[in-house]
Amino acid sequence: MKVPEQPVSAVAFDELAMPLFDQLYNFARWLTQDTAEAEDLVQETYTKALRGFSSFQAGTNFRAWMYRILRNSFLSSRTGLKVTVALDEGADESVLPAEHATPESILIEQANREAVQQALSDLPVPFREILLLCEVEEMSYQEIAEALSIPIGTVMSRLFRARKALRDLLRRQQGGRHGM
Amino acid sequence: MACDQWQGKLDAYVDGELDPAEVRALGAHLPGCPTCAADILERVQLKRSVHTAGKRYAASPELRNRISKIIPAKPRRQMGWYWQILAIPALLLLFISVAVNFYMGRESARRQRVYSELADLHVAALASALPVDVISTDRHTVKPWFQGKIPFTFNLPELQGSPFTLIGGRVTYLAQAPGAHLIYQVRKHEISVFIFQEFGADAANLPSGPVHAVSFNAESWTQNGLRYFVIGDTGREDILALSKLLRDAG
Repeated sequence: MKVPEQPVSAVAFDELAMPLFDQLYNFARWLTQDTAEAEDLVQETYTKALRGFSSFQAGTNFRAWMYRILRNSFLSSRTGLKVTVALDEGADESVLPAEHATPESILIEQANREAVQQALSDLPVPFREILLLCEVEEMSYQEIAEALSIPIGTVMSRLFRARKALRDLLRRQQGGRHGM
Repeated sequence: MACDQWQGKLDAYVDGELDPAEVRALGAHLPGCPTCAADILERVQLKRSVHTAGKRYAASPELRNRISKIIPAKPRRQMGWYWQILAIPALLLLFISVAVNFYMGRESARRQRVYSELADLHVAALASALPVDVISTDRHTVKPWFQGKIPFTFNLPELQGSPFTLIGGRVTYLAQAPGAHLIYQVRKHEISVFIFQEFGADAANLPSGPVHAVSFNAESWTQNGLRYFVIGDTGREDILALSKLLRDAG
């Protein structure tokens, strides 16, 4: 999504923010894993964003800014503090591991929608959120970096690890099913 | 397993983040490398699965309403500078038109008041047992009579060859200012001529021109610092004809 690069004063907040409503809620719901909490989180996000709109820098990415507000609000919430698993960021920066077994295409083809949803839910929040931003919101690495407040190099390595973790979960699910 | 050269770049490739030169190089590599092609296919499929599965939750309409209430309901565009530039003359114009209307309204009310008063003076004089204090058809008698009674002098026309007859005159007051009240007759109709100093009376600042007020015809003008009013129940032609005679004499 291309965000209009107009002076903030010329663009009303709701014109920018309301089109993001559905996807922000979806993201919030994935993070919190709870409807009421997701609703509170979205409301808090809009309230904070409206209050801070004057400080939003025109020409920068509004969507990434909104996601950053939502995510920071989540991380400081009770649930957020509980579920945030400290990632080994050192591993993020390391050279990408080369092992990647194929063919997994069959595996993924067989994995139905519910299975992927289950796997996503089971992923640690940092992996879940980066996959959602990249695959669902189709953000660029740069946007993800802005939304998560991390360098692009970290985006790439974390994305790699998140995908690997997702594959592992799906493989385990399938293995479990085959084993029954 | 993908080739070592491309292993670390396939994610960036499917994410559309690989630089164009490398995309071209990979494009050249893929037809001859089923392993890399299969790897890419798998990654694309995983992306697609997550894309579909990730769109899972829909917000309630209540939440949308709640959010809409938090933020301004209508797009509040800040008025551009051009609006402000347009708004200033528009407001100015509005102000002027209101002021002019107000002034015109007041002016019209004042004008109405003055003519009503003149009509009253005219009628009162005619109803009086003594309409005039100096009875004379001779202007050379009437004009000197006013000397010392009013603070100005004036000329009266020669009426020979005209249908008008001078009846006489009296001192009158309009808005506390003294003036001459002359009565003329034309075909049994009386016409009053009022003469005031131009700045002596409130009425003196009225616009000139013919007036039809309270069923009388009237004419008014200023000349040599004097304000003339001609008012009567005759036709407009008589009023205008007498006015012309007075103007020519003045």
